[in-house]
Amino acid sequence: MSELKLMKGNEALAEAAIRAGADAYFGYPITPQSEVIEYLMTEQPEKRTGMVVLQAESEIAAINMVYGAASTGKKVLTSSSSPGISLKLEGISYLAGAELPAVIVNVVRGGPGLGTIQPSQADYFQSVKGGGHGDYKLYVLAPASVQEMSDFVEDAFDIAFKYRAPVLILSDGLIGQMMEKVQLKDQKPRLTDEQLIEKNGSWAVTGRKNRERNIITSLDLESEKMEKRVHRLMKKYEQMEKEDLRYEKILCDDAEYLIVAYGSSARISQKAVELARKKGIKAGLLRPITLFPYPKQQLLELADQVKGILSVELNAGQMIEDVQLSVQFKVPVEHFGRTGGIIHTPEEVLEALEQKIIK
Amino acid sequence: MTEEIIIAGFGGQGVLSMGKILAYSGIMQNQEVSWMPSYGPEMRGGTANVTVILSDERISSPYLKLFDTAIILNQQSMDKFENTVKPGGILIYDPNGISVHPVRKDIKIFQVEATKLAAEMGNKKIFNMIILGGFLKEKPIVKLENVIEGLKKSLSERYHFLIPLNEEAINKGMESITPYKMKEKVIE
Repeated sequence: MSELKLMKGNEALAEAAIRAGADAYFGYPITPQSEVIEYLMTEQPEKRTGMVVLQAESEIAAINMVYGAASTGKKVLTSSSSPGISLKLEGISYLAGAELPAVIVNVVRGGPGLGTIQPSQADYFQSVKGGGHGDYKLYVLAPASVQEMSDFVEDAFDIAFKYRAPVLILSDGLIGQMMEKVQLKDQKPRLTDEQLIEKNGSWAVTGRKNRERNIITSLDLESEKMEKRVHRLMKKYEQMEKEDLRYEKILCDDAEYLIVAYGSSARISQKAVELARKKGIKAGLLRPITLFPYPKQQLLELADQVKGILSVELNAGQMIEDVQLSVQFKVPVEHFGRTGGIIHTPEEVLEALEQKIIK
Repeated sequence: MTEEIIIAGFGGQGVLSMGKILAYSGIMQNQEVSWMPSYGPEMRGGTANVTVILSDERISSPYLKLFDTAIILNQQSMDKFENTVKPGGILIYDPNGISVHPVRKDIKIFQVEATKLAAEMGNKKIFNMIILGGFLKEKPIVKLENVIEGLKKSLSERYHFLIPLNEEAINKGMESITPYKMKEKVIE
């Protein structure tokens, strides 16, 4: 059986990257995400698996190193926190445009601007509504525990290579900094050059040997070709919605009131649901695990069952728009969330449910 | 069983590591655990606190408003956290440096003279283990042998020679924890 450890979310993610057989990590330190690069530098994975860990001169350099390494078919990741992710967005758009697999981790802090180093979920729009320029989407995983910080790394790589598309792990300062018990997966070997050519040689720039040239670019000056590329991207996103949606329902079967929350807010809201049930309020929780694809259909079905929905996030109200669109305004939907790095308590969430939804 | 604990004091008092040892002890007896620190500017010389939860079930929120136990190690933390103890819960504090003592009557209040005892034992760093010992006397939620195992896990091997001293400190805390007797208000 694999090892059981007490780790911070950021450390568990870093260790999981090594064990997933990643080839490279490029990053730049920023609170509350710095433990990722600190852990990797201490652990020296180049001695364990040959994985490259490099602190770039900036976030922009790091994301472009990711672009370069991903072009060669390597398993590569980067991580940062909100202001750093803003800097990386140009590169992320290029990764999407050039159809490159890569994993990007955002351990969100409060914003806008330099904001605060305390936890936040205010990068929801940036994560699921584009962020960078152009018609693209990211597959977005939202871990709610240290175990998921670890498990989602391999899941993210699987999706990235399945679709040849960048995948975002959207965490936050709370999940990144807290410690929990984590069951680590066994070490996966990195691909050898031969294995890599066999697996990714059809598209990656692996050094041409008796085959057509593979070209990695996001530029297409012929409009017809560019439109075809956009359509190809949209097809991928449709397929993601069909095949790779993830969510969790907690006490939804008999729920009269629903809370929708992801990541750290889902954990806090689960406690609010427990407190509500103790008071005789039939509350339930829908936790989107992927933020794109989003559990639209599941919400629409629940809309016929519940009297109202509270969307809970550590921000001023972003996901509420997706909740409202999903339920097609069939039931009242309200937002609750603290901002500025303040974390709402389960009691505050319950109070909001009672005041805004139950009334 | 679920025990929700806040440990709060100055940065450098071993607040976070006490929480870590407690969390590791929970793992040693197959419990679910969470350790949620305050981080950032407040840690650097200011106040530090950590929420630790040990439970037989899956833990929902790692961040809480109310606690079964508050372990309070400075005045700022007393001001902030006395009111976060659930009715019937316990508050443990080191009276050293405390000028405004707790006043709640619906909770159990205990003192551990950990600063003084650590000085007597000649090692300031075992302060937090004395406090931990006091806590474990009142709330024996983890077995001492699991605490020792937890210590082995959370200390790097070059500090393992300090484990007997830590054990001694825990015992010292267990012996010396005393219920706090509130003084009746004198009406002048």
